[in-house]
Amino acid sequence: MYPIVERRELGKHVVLLRIRAPRIARKQKAGQFVIVRVHDHGERIPLTIAGSDADTITLVIQAIGKTTKLLCALSTGDTILDVVGPLGKPSEVHRYGTVVVIGGGVGTAIAYPTARAMKEAGNEVISIIGGRSRELVILEDEVRAVSNELIVTTDDGSHGRRGLVTNALQEMIDAGRKIDLVLAIGPIPMMKAVAETTRPHGIKTVVSLNPIMVDGTGMCGGCRVLVNGKSQFACVDGPEFDAHQVDFGVLVQRNAMYHHTEKEALRAFDHDPVPDLARAGHVCRLTEQYPEAGSR
Amino acid sequence: MPEQPAHERNQNFLEVNLGLGTEIAKQEALRCLECASPACVEGCPVGVQVKEFVSLILQNRYAEAAAKIREDNVLPAVTGRVCPQEDQCEGACVMGKKFSPLAIGYLERFVADYEQQTGTVNLPQNASPTGKRVAIVGSGPAGLSAAGDLVQKGHAVTVFEALHEIGGVLIYGIPEFRLPKDIVRREVDNLRKMGVEFQTNVVIGQTVTVDELFHEEGYHAVLVATGAGLPQFLNIPGEHLCGVYSANEFLTRVNLMKAYKFPEYDEPVYDCRGKNVAVVGGGNTAMDSIRSALRLGAANAFLVYRRSEAEMPARKEEIKHAKEEGVQFLTLTNPVAFNGDEKGWLKSARCRKMELGPADESGRRRPVPIAGSDYDLPLDMVIIAVGTSGNPLVQSTTPDLKTRPGSYIEADPATLKTSKRGVFAAGDIVTGGATVILAMGAGRKAAKAINEYLTTGVW
Ligand SMILES: Cc1cc2nc3c(=O)[nH]c(=O)nc-3n(C[C@H](O)[C@H](O)[C@H](O)COP(=O)(O)OP(=O)(O)OC[C@H]3O[C@@H](n4cnc5c(N)ncnc54)[C@H](O)[C@@H]3O)c2cc1C
Ligand SMILES: Cc1cc2nc3c(=O)[nH]c(=O)nc-3n(C[C@H](O)[C@H](O)[C@H](O)COP(=O)(O)OP(=O)(O)OC[C@H]3O[C@@H](n4cnc5c(N)ncnc54)[C@H](O)[C@@H]3O)c2cc1C
Ligand code: SF4
Ligand code: SF4
Ligand code: FES
Repeated sequence: MYPIVERRELGKHVVLLRIRAPRIARKQKAGQFVIVRVHDHGERIPLTIAGSDADTITLVIQAIGKTTKLLCALSTGDTILDVVGPLGKPSEVHRYGTVVVIGGGVGTAIAYPTARAMKEAGNEVISIIGGRSRELVILEDEVRAVSNELIVTTDDGSHGRRGLVTNALQEMIDAGRKIDLVLAIGPIPMMKAVAETTRPHGIKTVVSLNPIMVDGTGMCGGCRVLVNGKSQFACVDGPEFDAHQVDFGVLVQRNAMYHHTEKEALRAFDHDPVPDLARAGHVCRLTEQYPEAGSR
Repeated sequence: MPEQPAHERNQNFLEVNLGLGTEIAKQEALRCLECASPACVEGCPVGVQVKEFVSLILQNRYAEAAAKIREDNVLPAVTGRVCPQEDQCEGACVMGKKFSPLAIGYLERFVADYEQQTGTVNLPQNASPTGKRVAIVGSGPAGLSAAGDLVQKGHAVTVFEALHEIGGVLIYGIPEFRLPKDIVRREVDNLRKMGVEFQTNVVIGQTVTVDELFHEEGYHAVLVATGAGLPQFLNIPGEHLCGVYSANEFLTRVNLMKAYKFPEYDEPVYDCRGKNVAVVGGGNTAMDSIRSALRLGAANAFLVYRRSEAEMPARKEEIKHAKEEGVQFLTLTNPVAFNGDEKGWLKSARCRKMELGPADESGRRRPVPIAGSDYDLPLDMVIIAVGTSGNPLVQSTTPDLKTRPGSYIEADPATLKTSKRGVFAAGDIVTGGATVILAMGAGRKAAKAINEYLTTGVW
């Protein structure tokens, strides 16, 4: 059992959870992830480790389906049944020179620890973080603190510059700025767009892929992605890969494999989240304060 | 053996074989000739004292019969169900020359089930604590049997498992209808009662390395029993299509994650209802996969195998059961590509007919493609069950551990010592995919050598 020791809302549908997991906390490096199973009927889902201290790890979760919604509904004191990690290879952190770190949506949380590690390794870090609108831009202050320069973009212009993260990147390239490495983490279309932006200029670009996973140890092969025409298991060979060699089309297709069942699960959860919350040991604060509310 | 009727059982995940009643068991036991030098014992990889336990059945001493088996085999309820008996004990039984051999597997299962159902498990006493600590990596049959032996010798034993449940292939691979998970859980509980500590969600090589187990966590010996869990694919075009699974992924979703109970359980699996499903392969894994797909509602279930039925490595009983349940065997057939639609979903497999040529290194006749024989088999889902290799997570983080191609660990056949002091290896990670009983036998061999190493300090 892994208790939640802190919960914080970072933005619309984005929640930060700090979880006690001492072994993982001691071992994790930027770029690695955990697989969690909330309760004994739950599925196993991967989440990036956004940070750690002596015995806790931080996860930043965007509520998009049943399991992420359930996680976001939990509170301090609740427990998660299984947390395993750290999984995957750490980000390759060296002194490259100038590193542009691009985070889209919840990808910002995934990129953040690597941005910090890049800065600590002596790189000049320029961060570009974006979202569709103001509420979807997260961790702005944290990222600013580990960057030499921060650019914020929103699709609708409600915060920072109007436009896409790739517009900001293109401007930098056009301005002739020297870029040694680009790290892009976010929705698949964004990562693909970044790859196409840097490809003509031969700028080394790394993306963190998010295929569907089960075990996270190389045992099932469900997370296979096509990189340079070869099959790779993202959970052990990645999750970071050379963006210019990734077949994003295959990734998009495979991620759509369970849309039907995912919708069904979400509908049932939205209709009645109580059984899942109860399995997770969640004590509704309302029923604690007003016992009669629970027996209605 | 009484069993669920084929047309009923292919709709559910309940056990196929229903078990022998006392009367039938005793009748069967009566057939044993009580040979002076029993061939059956020679045939069993761990030398279960068949003659002795069968004679205890005849004396109505079922619990003692189970205890007799336990002297050599700590998971009798499991092996009675899954051993390839026709190649082992029963294959050697002298009666098999003229009649059918004694049903040793069924009898083994009978006494083990009796023991479990009546709660009369006689757990052995542990020796007094030695102060030595052993870490076992992996909780499959090799790790479990070693844990049982080592804890009895008075050592403190911790089993580390990457997944959230204990049992290895017994839990994530072999389906409920062949090996009910409660049986595995009860055996694990017995080990727990004996003092074995289990830690799930620990991936050795990632969460903790082998060196850290020695230097930071204070273990005196490590047994690597991580199995051969890495799935092999065919490396043919179209393997990235949706609907193409490895057997490991499909079986893990169905067994470990209970996807067959979706939506009661969250993990999804491809909805096989009314669909055309095929498995590629001819081993136990292939049979388990395709029979699971049938139970999930597949309209047509094909087994595609490149050799003929005679060469299939699966247990004979599984082949028989699969056929009875309606699996269609397409032998001497090999897929060469998978074709999909514009959305990336599997639509068909391009299959090539084969014929048998001369024998290869494995002694089996090699399949040779027949030119111009290609045809398309319409499919919605396909499961690849063509073998596995070793999981390299431990090896890649333990550089002084010698390996063989396929990420297998090199170990001395007699002592199961690896190239690294204090580290032993047993089971599929040494031999490649084999059987439950061989893995258990290896676990016990390793336990003996570990005990010797811990008591003498001599490597
Ligand atoms: C290495 C890695 C790191 C990740 N890090 C984060 C993170 O830090 N924060 C975060 O919010 N999200 C992260 N994700 C994505 C997260 O795992 C999915 O959003 C989550 O699994 C969705 O589950 P659900 O039940 O809420 O939604 P569902 O409705 O079940 O699925 C929505 C979509 O999520 C994807 N998905 C579903 N099941 C899985 C699965 N078992 N494994 C992977 N993807 C799946 C599919 O594309 C699916 O269409 C990461 C994914 C990977 C592979
Ligand atoms: C579907 C299927 C059906 C089968 N049917 C039969 C049958 O009918 N009869 C028969 O005799 N045999 C059968 N077999 C073969 C048999 O199950 C195996 O030979 C046997 O389980 C091997 O045991 P093991 O202990 O070596 O490894 P496994 O059972 O594979 O267990 C290894 C365990 O180690 C864990 N692990 C791996 N890496 C790490 C790590 N780094 N850290 C921590 N834990 C780790 C794994 O998660 C796993 O739980 C079957 C196999 C399969 C896959
Ligand atoms: S362990 Fe397996 S091979 Fe040995 S006697 Fe029992 S069923 Fe036969
Ligand atoms: S070989 Fe057959 S008949 Fe002889 S003791 Fe063994 S089981 Fe009995
Ligand atoms: S998640 Fe199973 S192999 Fe990667």
